[in-house]
Amino acid sequence: MMQFLNSIAPMWPELVVAVGALVLTLWGVFRPDNDREAEVVSWLAILVLGVAGWLILSQPAAGSSLFGGAFIDDGFGRFMKILALGASAAAILLSIDDFRDHKVLKFEYPVLILLATAGMMMMISAGDLLSLYLGLELQSLSLYVVAAFRRDDVRSSEAGLKYFVLGALSSGMLLYGASLVYGFTGATSFAQIAQVAKGANAMANVGLVFGLVFLLVGIAFKISAVPFHMWTPDVYQGAPTPVTAFFSAAPKVAAIALLVRVVTSAFPGIAGQWQQIVAFLAIASMLLGAFAAIGQTNIKRLLAYSSIANVGFALVPLVTNTKEGVQGVLIYMAIYVVMTLGAFACVIAMRREEGSVEEIDELAGLAERNGPMAAALAALMFSLAGIPPLAGFWAKFYAFMPAIKSGYYILSVIGVLASVVGAYYYLRIVKVMYFDKPAKAFLPVRVKVGFVISVSAIFVLLFVIAPSPLVNAASTAAASFRY
Amino acid sequence: MWLADVFFYLFAVLAVASGAMVIMAKNPVHAVLFLILAFFNAAGLFVLLGAEFLAMLLVIVYVGAVAVLFLFVVMMLDVDFAELRAGFIKNAPLGLLIAGIVLAELIMVLGFRLVKPTTLAKATVPISTVAGIDNTTALGRVIYTQYAYYFEAAGLILFVAMIGAIVLTLRHKEGVRRQSIAAQVARNPKTAMEVVKVPSGGFTVPDKVVDNKPKEKVGA
Amino acid sequence: MLAQAIEIWWTYGWPLALMVAGSLAVLVGLLIIVAFLLLMDRKVWAAVQLRRGPNVVGPFGLLQSFADLLKFVLKEPLIPAGADKAVFLLAPLATAACALAAWAVIPLDQNSWGKWVIADLNIGILYILAISSLGVYGVIMGGWASNSKYSFMGALRSAAQMVSYEVSIGFVIITVLLCVGSLNMTAIVKAQEAGVATWLSRMAGADTGAGQVIAKLSFLNWFWLPLFPMFVVFFISALAETNRPPFDLPEAESELVAGFMVEYSSTPYLLFMLGEYVAIVTMCAMTTILFLGGWQSPVAMAPFTLVPGIFWFIGKITFVFFMFAMVKAMVPRYRYDQLMRLGWKVFLPLSLLMVVVVAGVLQFGNLAP
Repeated sequence: MMQFLNSIAPMWPELVVAVGALVLTLWGVFRPDNDREAEVVSWLAILVLGVAGWLILSQPAAGSSLFGGAFIDDGFGRFMKILALGASAAAILLSIDDFRDHKVLKFEYPVLILLATAGMMMMISAGDLLSLYLGLELQSLSLYVVAAFRRDDVRSSEAGLKYFVLGALSSGMLLYGASLVYGFTGATSFAQIAQVAKGANAMANVGLVFGLVFLLVGIAFKISAVPFHMWTPDVYQGAPTPVTAFFSAAPKVAAIALLVRVVTSAFPGIAGQWQQIVAFLAIASMLLGAFAAIGQTNIKRLLAYSSIANVGFALVPLVTNTKEGVQGVLIYMAIYVVMTLGAFACVIAMRREEGSVEEIDELAGLAERNGPMAAALAALMFSLAGIPPLAGFWAKFYAFMPAIKSGYYILSVIGVLASVVGAYYYLRIVKVMYFDKPAKAFLPVRVKVGFVISVSAIFVLLFVIAPSPLVNAASTAAASFRY
Repeated sequence: MWLADVFFYLFAVLAVASGAMVIMAKNPVHAVLFLILAFFNAAGLFVLLGAEFLAMLLVIVYVGAVAVLFLFVVMMLDVDFAELRAGFIKNAPLGLLIAGIVLAELIMVLGFRLVKPTTLAKATVPISTVAGIDNTTALGRVIYTQYAYYFEAAGLILFVAMIGAIVLTLRHKEGVRRQSIAAQVARNPKTAMEVVKVPSGGFTVPDKVVDNKPKEKVGA
Repeated sequence: MLAQAIEIWWTYGWPLALMVAGSLAVLVGLLIIVAFLLLMDRKVWAAVQLRRGPNVVGPFGLLQSFADLLKFVLKEPLIPAGADKAVFLLAPLATAACALAAWAVIPLDQNSWGKWVIADLNIGILYILAISSLGVYGVIMGGWASNSKYSFMGALRSAAQMVSYEVSIGFVIITVLLCVGSLNMTAIVKAQEAGVATWLSRMAGADTGAGQVIAKLSFLNWFWLPLFPMFVVFFISALAETNRPPFDLPEAESELVAGFMVEYSSTPYLLFMLGEYVAIVTMCAMTTILFLGGWQSPVAMAPFTLVPGIFWFIGKITFVFFMFAMVKAMVPRYRYDQLMRLGWKVFLPLSLLMVVVVAGVLQFGNLAP
């Protein structure tokens, strides 16, 4: 038994999360059905995520793979997994009070988040089309359910349904792509696909390219890159805000990780093909995210477009197909996750006696009513806009540098222009908070939400003092891929 | 082996024809019935490939369980098909475009013979025949060992589906009297009855009204 | 040319002819047995209620079923005006065809002539499970196509009921398969040649008198003893799966007139009835094969072993059918929520647990085949 457990040591973190979800389900079922018990399950879920994170950090530095390459444990995976685990834990933390207010605090939510996290970890570690798909489905199915978690709310149900239908469509495309790739290479493992997909006639293999396109379409749906973003604003607006916070953070990390791993480890031989696609996705996402957000009045919709734009920025370094590029993606995603969680925590904090509000105008004069929250949100918005010396600036810096170095000038110029346009709507929120006539005050910020807001605000403010741990970690992680 | 060929074409033609009927049938119930026929023919093709275990599972799972529930829902829905078809013409160009792209791909795949020869070889003999082992045993040997990772992951996916269905639909109605068999069995004359001496010439009210409502907690 | 024709005949024609002949023999035999079992059902029911039962047609009413058959065939088939004609007529056909098709893999005997089975599939039990799960289609199609609310309600009840109990039947079969190590029906029967009695006689000492006597008691070898809880679960689930009382909710006459069969008459009705009874006999045969040792004689001694296996097989089927009939006569009908509770909250956990227990015992007791 011990021998068996030791032989699968690289996947202990996944096992802890999955088994934790099962145990917590039983715990939840056999305990009384009330808010207190649900909160206990939430804390236990965070504990499980913490244990999994600790296990990941204590893995031996050298990577390994299990099940014939279906499961890959390497520095890149570990970096992304820590990120996803952190985002999931924050999502559970944010949900407790908000769900209690809306009378949907149930133990199933942390369980579903744990299962989604297990799916994400599978995606991040996937070294095979089969484990890619299974991980993706495990994650997506959990997300469909949590999107509709406030089932008596029409918009939440609509969000769940919309997400489900479009998500199923994208899964179908991904499967079609996977089947084409399998058909034209005769292999499902990334390493073997890479073997076949290199060499002189790889480019001429039309079917393989078609498969690649469909595969990327499926993944683009999951990271909500333009032109496969149409579900994002509606789902983000309709889903309960803690769920939206989760959507904008952890699943994006996992899907981006999956994208990076697929293109760099399965299709290095036809890099020219996917570079075009990724470049297009990046440009379209940055531009649409920047322009479409301008007219939004609902802050959740605005942050949805912001997340689309941010995915575009994160894809920019990937286009270069270099180690620095992967490092740029990693740094960008890490900083983005912190920023978006902080921003959504602020949205969760926007509540009055009559309920939560989501309009930007409701923030008017927040600086007078609640100075610290306004300051934190302002810091996050400046950071998202990419104003130096906040963390968001460095994220963009590390994203654009590899592109410039590799000579992708047009891409970088478009990116900079898009971030200038984006700055307009981020700064508009700051203007509303500091210069508009004060609206009614919000209820005091709850401790857990305040904790997330402060942590993210402190991170974006102080990142410039000590950027090296993150940059070095990303650099080590990026070294997992061979170029 | 011309007999196998005959059956292959029989199953294949029927599968394609019933697949076409699924989308062409006017009545949705007929469409589902054709879908079932298509499943059947697919199972027949599996048998011809030597994958009889998969064939039977296809029938048991898809025909015996999934399609039954599907049929259930379709029968109870009151779908107005004229209304559904209203959007058909409007969206037809887009649909045709996508269909054209997929068709072009298929032509590329089959017409230009770009399929890797080893894949083709695998497709003709998909199940490696090890002497003395039928394919059920062969599947059993790998599915819990070599493919345990996928197997467990698939199990988790089903688990999520189960939790999702329950959390999104299960409602505990208030004021419903549920039968608790344990409570019924545990009753004895002492707890269930109260003998009241009725004084002659008057009436009395029992001290306590015996509540035989089960003490089952709601929402367990 | 001639040589080729002869070759084709020997490779394809002759086996095909054999198979057709075998199928015909099984079908005819089966239908005759079903006719008398139907009579037995009514006679047992009548006896429990202190009535005589059918006693007019033929001696002791023995020809009653054949008279019924003639009557049904000669009546005019009525099709309701709003019915979906094609589906309406397809439904009884589907029921009867599926019920009969299951008999392709049921082994009747194995002796010096070989295996008495039309198709000796190595996944026979799965085939039966698949075919019996199709029985529900006749019911749903019939209920829907009749365009009547009673029919439809009956169909819905039936579908939910059959799908629910199929789950526990599946798990019960898995426990048996764990003990056999094969999905072949003949292998399942063969696996019951040795078992508890063999083990007991070895405990008592194979050479001692007691040991030799015990070794002869081959009915103790069958799976009903070691898997007794599963035997009970299977028996009850089989009642529910075939819509037999006390689980005949789909055709509960006091609530739904006759459920999905309300609108049927004449030959289509006959086909429904036939399909239903053949399905019941199939379930009896399944019980016999899985738990009662198939064609094996209950005592491995001279007068018993001389009887051909097929008679033991038919005898055991009749015995199980008798139990079915007694249940029908004695047990009141379940309420629908109780039916669902029994299926999902009692049988499913129990059978699931037993799968784990049986697998554990086999693995750690080194008994795995």
